Amino acid sequence: MSSIISFEGVHFTYPEDELESLCGIDLEIEEGSFVAVLGHNGSGKSTLAKHMNAILVPSSGRVLINGLNTADESQLIGIRRCVGMVFQNPDNQIVANVVEDDVAFAPENLGVPTEEIRRRVDQALRQVGMYEYRLHAPHLLSGGQKQRVAIAGVIAMEPRIIVLDEPTAMLDPQGRQEVISTVSRLCRENGMTVVLITHHMDECVGADRLVVMSNGRIVADGSPAKVFSQVELMHSEGLDVPETTRLIYELNQEGFRLPMDALALDACADALADALK
Amino acid sequence: MSEIRVENLSHIYSSGTPFEKTAIENIDLCIPEGQFVGLIGHTGSGKSTFIQHLNALLSPTGGRVLCGGEDINRDKQARRDVKWKVGLVFQYPEYQLFEETVYADIAFGPKNMGLSKEEIDERVREAASFVGVEEELFQRSPLEMSGGQKRRIAIAGVIAMRPGVLILDEPTAGLDPAGCRQVLDNICRYRKETGSTVIIVSHNMDDAARLTERLLVFDHGRVAMDGTPEEIFSRPQELVNIGLAVPRATAIAMALEKRGIKLAGSIYTHEQLKAAILKARGAGAC
Repeated sequence: MSSIISFEGVHFTYPEDELESLCGIDLEIEEGSFVAVLGHNGSGKSTLAKHMNAILVPSSGRVLINGLNTADESQLIGIRRCVGMVFQNPDNQIVANVVEDDVAFAPENLGVPTEEIRRRVDQALRQVGMYEYRLHAPHLLSGGQKQRVAIAGVIAMEPRIIVLDEPTAMLDPQGRQEVISTVSRLCRENGMTVVLITHHMDECVGADRLVVMSNGRIVADGSPAKVFSQVELMHSEGLDVPETTRLIYELNQEGFRLPMDALALDACADALADALK
Repeated sequence: MSEIRVENLSHIYSSGTPFEKTAIENIDLCIPEGQFVGLIGHTGSGKSTFIQHLNALLSPTGGRVLCGGEDINRDKQARRDVKWKVGLVFQYPEYQLFEETVYADIAFGPKNMGLSKEEIDERVREAASFVGVEEELFQRSPLEMSGGQKRRIAIAGVIAMRPGVLILDEPTAGLDPAGCRQVLDNICRYRKETGSTVIIVSHNMDDAARLTERLLVFDHGRVAMDGTPEEIFSRPQELVNIGLAVPRATAIAMALEKRGIKLAGSIYTHEQLKAAILKARGAGAC
């Protein structure tokens, strides 16, 4: 597998700021992988996301999306077709009065033929589990449902990459669960590359890879189990670790010998049960 | 003074139309002055409807609400007076910031109470200090603040009315972990220093378990469970049946129980879980 997203020594400073928001990012993301980016506010994670479809371009260094340089304006359309973005507030992303019209908005703008739009809209709505709501009014849906409609609107463009910038921040636990399982399925079943920007550590547990950002730098990068097991590092970055990891870490300091990578609830319970029996 | 008594309270939206919907039904409870209460439940379980009754934003379609022994819906004056006694912070309150400066925004409530300029000034400074908003920011526009700051400014606007009962609807939603901690610390400090009643609606079971003295679990417009966190989380299966999450520590304890290891006591915080496991090890080794 090859990299579909490639950051090479990327620095970025917002025009009104003195401090750099990205300080030399090198990052390769493989096609078809599910990558979570974790960090608190101001860590640079949203700035990173905005570099992935040329909303922002590097002050120095370069970003290649499927081989296209984001700084090259003539490639902009190609890049935007390749990368779909979903933002935090679903209410700001929905434009039409009927769910299926909303999902059709992007392909209509791309000049896709009518029958093809029909096919894409139906398929996109099925993929996010909102097909039965296709004739509903978006404003009467729950937050999680609206966000899934926004995701359908993006996948109807048939992008190869979907970047989600804190898509669950405004949702209740059920809505969060709906959105996370939807994007995870898009990756596993449709081979889409997913980049999930979040500050909820629980949402990173199911990703293939977890990138932790702090002060414009990548401070940890690896499988979620490996990254979370660096408990001291996570704490020094002001980030929490999942309860399972924290418990195992502290119990090991009390003389237990539990595996640090037992991140999932069942894995943790199995390891504890073995140790206590 | 600020005891809240809810008697047989019901609310039906769009009564008499095809869209009629019962949001809450026959709620009976009493919240003594100074209690820290958590409201938990699904979206749509009636939590928001319930809290809007506590300061007369909604009128009951059945039953009544008393604050300090007085029916808050007795007449227009009572409905107005309760707004100062019971301060309500909505979800995403930062969307309601509208003044040109941070100071003016926090001062809006006290100004409407008809207080003197000096008194308003005192209250604005006090409220800002409760939420950790520095005075240097007073003349800036609230709209240029960060998300966490905006949230705290909005909370300060309600605190500035010195409500005896402070109600917050998901005060940490959408904030990052540092922002959440700050807001919750502010709320705890306000309660500790003023002795006010605090009612907090939360989706976060860990916060609810850790902070409050009493939990009300809403389900389908009724109070399905009412008790201390210890009592509520000693019946975790009932929460799961309602479709609610349990605190993360409780989830691990439940998973262990399924594997034949029953830990002692009600477990809903990390510390309790750790202590119980260490104790279980001790017992096993003997």
